[in-house]
Amino acid sequence: MRVWRVALLVAGKDLRIERRSRVVTNQIVPFAAVTMVMFAFALDADVVLQRVAPGLVWLATLFSMLVLVQRAYAIETDDGGLDALRVAGVDPAALFLGKALALAVQLAVLEVILLGTAVVLYGAEIRLEGGVLLVTTLITATCGLAVVGTLYGGLAAGFRGRETLLPLLVLPVVAPVLIGATRAVESALGTAGAVVSEGWPWVGLLTVFAVAFGVGGTLAFGPLIDE
Amino acid sequence: MTDPVIELVEPVIDLVDVVAVLGSFPALAGLSLRVERGEIVLLRGPNGAGKTTVLRLCAGLVPVVRGRGRVLGLDLVAERDAVRTRVGLLGHSNGLYADLSVTENVRFWGATVGASSDEVDGALERLDLSGRLADVPVRRLSAGQKRRTALACLVARRAEVWLLDEPHAGLDAIGRDELDETLHQAASAGATVLVASHELERTGALATRTIDVVAGRATEAGQPHEGDPT
Repeated sequence: MRVWRVALLVAGKDLRIERRSRVVTNQIVPFAAVTMVMFAFALDADVVLQRVAPGLVWLATLFSMLVLVQRAYAIETDDGGLDALRVAGVDPAALFLGKALALAVQLAVLEVILLGTAVVLYGAEIRLEGGVLLVTTLITATCGLAVVGTLYGGLAAGFRGRETLLPLLVLPVVAPVLIGATRAVESALGTAGAVVSEGWPWVGLLTVFAVAFGVGGTLAFGPLIDE
Repeated sequence: MTDPVIELVEPVIDLVDVVAVLGSFPALAGLSLRVERGEIVLLRGPNGAGKTTVLRLCAGLVPVVRGRGRVLGLDLVAERDAVRTRVGLLGHSNGLYADLSVTENVRFWGATVGASSDEVDGALERLDLSGRLADVPVRRLSAGQKRRTALACLVARRAEVWLLDEPHAGLDAIGRDELDETLHQAASAGATVLVASHELERTGALATRTIDVVAGRATEAGQPHEGDPT
């Protein structure tokens, strides 16, 4: 119980800082939107864009997530906050869950914006019958990305050159999320004749991924950030 | 659970022949140190002598490789997590969040140990931060005001042992006087303060005792160092 109380405290603190600094609204959302526009320039044809829209949404989400994770740890390392949290005896599991929760909230907002952008720019269509699948996919994929981002962000935070190290660590690990979430969203949107029932096994994969990294991260985060 | 009788009898900090290693560098080479409750102890010595390592070791951030280390009656190896919740380390950084206000920072750190609103308000008042500075974002504060905010966080966290590394660095004359006053108040209220500093004149006057740290060993000021010619 105490773990969740501290986790909510950490998440609240991170979200409050992001709301004040406006880094997400002024830098990360525009970055994600520009990425979507660049994809549109590169692929040009409407038919192609409609076909690949789900994959492009998740690619833009991944790139933006890297910036979000670096930002999440920059606020902890700027003035020795991470060290102070360790000295204060804050439960590493609570710290991990709190930071992952804050990251998940920001990712969820970003994904909704990117989906909207895909509808406007790429002509993607959101169907009513795929609504439940779409929402479930967003939730499970967001959880998976948030726990992996938090785990590897904590690992990279202690290293020099963490800005370049983080993508190298994270991108190969989240490949299953990229594949699973793309296929599930294709099914939800009916891209290239895909049907909703084809998407649920991918949601299962996303769920297993999120649970595995969530449990692993909760257990490993303490030793990971400790000297 | 710590035995309250042992806690009363034991010194607050009790390091016996402690060896600590940073990478492959032996930072502490058999250091022994005893600090009693309510003391303000100055650690002095040249750069690289091991002063900061002593503080970080007492905070449970540097492992004890050999010897015996106890803080507040708790073993630094077996009960490191319990030690951490009861000590406060203020190093070269303040551990503050620049986009949060003074009050929000103190409230956050207090909340990590379940401090009540009254305790947070008390910490702000004690460090004279409850007035016009209370709602100011930390990024707009002077170096001295940031230090005071960090100390208020220690108070709100109910830290019983204050481990301070060069606390006067970057402060102007007024800030230094305020810090000294704060440390005096903390010691009077029962906190134990261990300060590593190069500001020997100022901190020496403030301290109840001075310890020389040389090459990873500690000796009482004025006593010959191990290895010195007799």
